[in-house]
Amino acid sequence: MTRFLLGRLALFAVGLVVASVLIFATLRLLPGDVAQSLAGTNGSPAQVDAIRASLGLDRPVVVQYLDWLRGLVQLDLGRSLVTGTPVAEEVGEKLTVTLPLAGLSLVVGLLVGVPLGVVSALRHRRASGALLGVAAQVLAAVPVVWAGMLLIALFGVTLRLLPTQGFPVDGWDEPGRALRSLVLPALTIGLVEGAVLFRFTRSAAIGALDEDYVRAAAAKGQTTTRALVRHGLPNVLLSVVSVLGLQVAGLVVGAVVVEQLFALPGLGRMLVSDVGRRDLTKVQGELMTLTALVLTVGLLVDVVHRRLDPRLREGGE
Amino acid sequence: MRRPAPRLRRVSVVGVLLRTPRGAAAATWLALLLVAAAVSRAWTPLDPFTTDPYSAWLPPSAAHLLGTDSVGRDIASYLLAASATTVVVAVCAGLVAVVVGLGLAALGSLTARWVRDGVAVLIDVLVAFPTILVAMALAAAFGGSLTVVVVATGVGYGVTIARVSRSEIRRVVREDYVTAARASGAGTAAVLRRHVLPNIAPVFVVQLSLAMATSILAEAGLSFLGYGASAETASWGRLLSDLQKFLGVHPWTVLGPGLAITLTVLALNLLGDAVRDAADPRLRTRSPGRGGTLPPEPRAPGPSPADPARSPAPEVTS
Repeated sequence: MTRFLLGRLALFAVGLVVASVLIFATLRLLPGDVAQSLAGTNGSPAQVDAIRASLGLDRPVVVQYLDWLRGLVQLDLGRSLVTGTPVAEEVGEKLTVTLPLAGLSLVVGLLVGVPLGVVSALRHRRASGALLGVAAQVLAAVPVVWAGMLLIALFGVTLRLLPTQGFPVDGWDEPGRALRSLVLPALTIGLVEGAVLFRFTRSAAIGALDEDYVRAAAAKGQTTTRALVRHGLPNVLLSVVSVLGLQVAGLVVGAVVVEQLFALPGLGRMLVSDVGRRDLTKVQGELMTLTALVLTVGLLVDVVHRRLDPRLREGGE
Repeated sequence: MRRPAPRLRRVSVVGVLLRTPRGAAAATWLALLLVAAAVSRAWTPLDPFTTDPYSAWLPPSAAHLLGTDSVGRDIASYLLAASATTVVVAVCAGLVAVVVGLGLAALGSLTARWVRDGVAVLIDVLVAFPTILVAMALAAAFGGSLTVVVVATGVGYGVTIARVSRSEIRRVVREDYVTAARASGAGTAAVLRRHVLPNIAPVFVVQLSLAMATSILAEAGLSFLGYGASAETASWGRLLSDLQKFLGVHPWTVLGPGLAITLTVLALNLLGDAVRDAADPRLRTRSPGRGGTLPPEPRAPGPSPADPARSPAPEVTS
């Protein structure tokens, strides 16, 4: 376990460093002069130089990078190039929308994908199971944007049941209202993610049905369902846990698009607008935060998976 | 026993596709899409960019098969013109993904040990990055464009391809027939051509179709965010974004572009499944993911999920 943990932590650290280098390099070394765009098209060369110096952009790139890295370690993401406000503060604030959204979406995805996946595996020789499979196959191909639009059209416009735009100004002071405005966005991401989890659960469960321990239990007189749920499910869930890390990447993609569609003031929406304004410091901080989140969840999932699986717990590498 | 390399070559792609209903359906839709894309370069029922405020929001009719949008553009013509954009994006992203994927996979499997291991770690690290973040970083530097979409999804998915192909190549080069070929004097190039490439080809085709599907979804998402197709380029994602502003009034106009994207992505996913099932039932490559794929093999040894290929009932019966 210790050896595994150390190795996994090293990979996590390498991931963070590679991410920071890639993000920094993409935003700094590529063309597109921030100082020029801040000075506007009428800015004189002297003004541009002054802006560049005030932002520290005239220093060597490596020094700038190390500076940024030092900030990162202290959770200081610098100041916005456009408004001058501290980035970390704003990012933290936006996370109060994005994290609950991602969490809820994951819950929806698991609640939809796993039980239906097991049911469809139990019925995989029958029409109903096959039909579920087709439905999931189609749902997995739906673009998140469109799924959201259809849900808005159905629940927001036609049935007028749920809010489709925005988030309460006072945030979570009114938990009920805040939660209500997250329902449709979370359903949007959750259903599409759920389709992927469904397909994975289904194939894992069909595999478990073939395992000796399930067949033995069935031979002793248990119904197939009971045998699968009692003996197969732990193994199925273990496989599902092992793919959750990669699924989180899907949640991030979903959050960026869905926050825009539902006008939710989250990190994804802020990223989209900052990319438009070319506020490089902020974009840098936001990308780094999102990447760090994905990598952290990946790390946690791997550790949990390792602890859950008794064979791995004892056997070492 | 593994099958020797030459036998896999006999699996003809067309035969595979027509053998199953889903493969045939997928191939038909993709063929239609290619024809539509080609035709739209020369002809569309109406000009897709001509605006006419007096014919805004017309319902479907003989003149406007799918009605018109807020500025009176013919939606059917626009969808047709946008199919060409989709094809170009998918093919280019697929090419980039193949080049990146094969390059990294070769570096990660056929080189000196320290290079190999370094590349393996790099692949493990890069595979966790969501494509959309790569695209946003590029868009911040260059401004949004279809090129950004192609590069971001191509590189993003290329890493996934590298990860899958690398383990396949490593598996194949350890096979007895490769050892035998080497012993009988075959050089690296000959081994690659005769044994490695034919053996990883099925995995590769599956990954390629998934890469294309991913790029279409990414294009839709990024064009919706305003960082994909420009206003002068017809794009399904862009149309969705245009129509979204009027969702409260004309909710059902979004059906056309949404269905077009969904069916195309579905067709590519099904095509991948069909090729995988037909080519090698032992393959552990599983269903497509979104923003990342499921890993090619379970990370833990132990009960591995069944291959859909081996399950008694076909997954899609329609």
